[in-house]
Amino acid sequence: MASLTNRVKVLEQKPMSFMERLYLPAIFKGMAITFSHMFKKKATINYPEEKRPFSPVFRGLHVLNRDEEGRENCTACGLCAVACPAEAITMEAAERKTSEEHLYREEKYAAKYEINMLRCIFCGLCEEACPKDAIYMSETFAPSNFTRKGFIYAKDELLIPNPVTDKEKYEIAKGLREAQLKNK
Amino acid sequence: MITMDLLAINFSLGLEKLLLIGAIITFSLIVAMYTTYAERKVAAWMQDRRGPNRAGPFGLLQPAADGLKLFFKEEIIPLTSNKTLFVLGPALAMITAMLTSAVIPWGSSIELFGRNISLQIADVNIGILYVFGVVSMGVYGIMIGGWSSNNKFSLIAAVRGASQIISYELAMGLSLIALLMMTGSLSLKTIVQQQMEGGWNIIYQPLGFLIFLICVFAECNRTPFDLPEAENELNFGYHQEYSSMKLGLYLFAEYVNMFISSAVVATLFFGGYDIPFVDETALSLSLGANTVALLGFAALFAKILFFLFLFIWVRWTIPRFRYDQLMDLGWKKLIPLALANMLITAVVILWLNK
Repeated sequence: MASLTNRVKVLEQKPMSFMERLYLPAIFKGMAITFSHMFKKKATINYPEEKRPFSPVFRGLHVLNRDEEGRENCTACGLCAVACPAEAITMEAAERKTSEEHLYREEKYAAKYEINMLRCIFCGLCEEACPKDAIYMSETFAPSNFTRKGFIYAKDELLIPNPVTDKEKYEIAKGLREAQLKNK
Repeated sequence: MITMDLLAINFSLGLEKLLLIGAIITFSLIVAMYTTYAERKVAAWMQDRRGPNRAGPFGLLQPAADGLKLFFKEEIIPLTSNKTLFVLGPALAMITAMLTSAVIPWGSSIELFGRNISLQIADVNIGILYVFGVVSMGVYGIMIGGWSSNNKFSLIAAVRGASQIISYELAMGLSLIALLMMTGSLSLKTIVQQQMEGGWNIIYQPLGFLIFLICVFAECNRTPFDLPEAENELNFGYHQEYSSMKLGLYLFAEYVNMFISSAVVATLFFGGYDIPFVDETALSLSLGANTVALLGFAALFAKILFFLFLFIWVRWTIPRFRYDQLMDLGWKKLIPLALANMLITAVVILWLNK
């Protein structure tokens, strides 16, 4: 039969020679290969002690951002919730009172902001949709909890530490963020 | 007078043997425990992984954790199983695995409290026959376990196990006959002493050793001959219905078997407790008999460790035989080879003695 393509490789089917039929040389060869593997570099990373370096565009758990004065960036415009393909984000907007100007940057803010981490697919579309640089994704990942309810992250878990009242923690979080932006 | 001597119960001898039995059983159990750890570690290394390293330093407590887990598991006896036999199966497997260690000479003898204590439980003059007898009993553990489970997979595994062990026992026995023609004795101690003087048997019987080794792999149900417990075709075979420590005993018996088989191979072909390139009698004059006996035991242990590593090494290299290939190898290759080996040995012995 003529072959359809020129990539056909005809297999030789000779009967096995005596050495091949002994099998022992092949077995010794295989054993030499497995033995050599004992001294190769291990592919495993000892996870909690060692961590894999992340790519600069890694998308982990979300963080809600504040400005330098510690005011929340989010204006509850709802663009992130609309952009979310998994419908993981819900929010409730509220109007800023005059006494709250040090808490929220603009007149409108998110009174309630929740992300269901079990629904979230970590696609990063919310981060892209945000016009106020209010939500971004960190390098934290693998959340764990005993209940499903615990995976619905509210504002207290999402907000970045306040740079005015909690400077130290903010610097740590900020450092990570800066490094992330620089790498982008 | 002689009958009086035989009838008189020698309490100190009894105590001495009892202690020796206890020591050897404890020792082989601990070695078997750490062989499971070694198996997992070596398997991991050969696959570029790290292996267990969480329980204790370097994961050294892993065998204890595994054992504890097995003890705490729920014990299930299937409703339709034959309960007596179901319990008897793992017990038999374990007992036969331990029994063989009785005739293996673990070392020469040590002087303690003015007594000359031989490091062998029983120097039977039919040592090898005893080993063969007990090893053949080992198949009952598999057969009874597989049969009483009342499960098709287990039954197939039991039948496979039985036929495999019977087939390979023939070649094993035939390969040893050539060795026994040379040594002229069935006592393992005599065989070791002959090797101390005249060189190891592996030099005179390389083919016999190869056949014996292959058969030992088959007798221990180790890869490439692990058809009775083939995970991916028989769902763990004869121990499918077992749980908790009964399963543990089956798994453990395999490792004890490996240890004892390694000891038998080392004794028969690699000089047992003979320290290579060293004259023991000259050494015992300068170091004392006890030190040399312990060194001899260490030498035997090193040889055993090598064979244990070989067992593991082969397991993680070679895939399992198909059932017809297994029978083909046993009956059409190993038995004729062993017969030829026997014939050649006989001719050479006759020719040298003419």
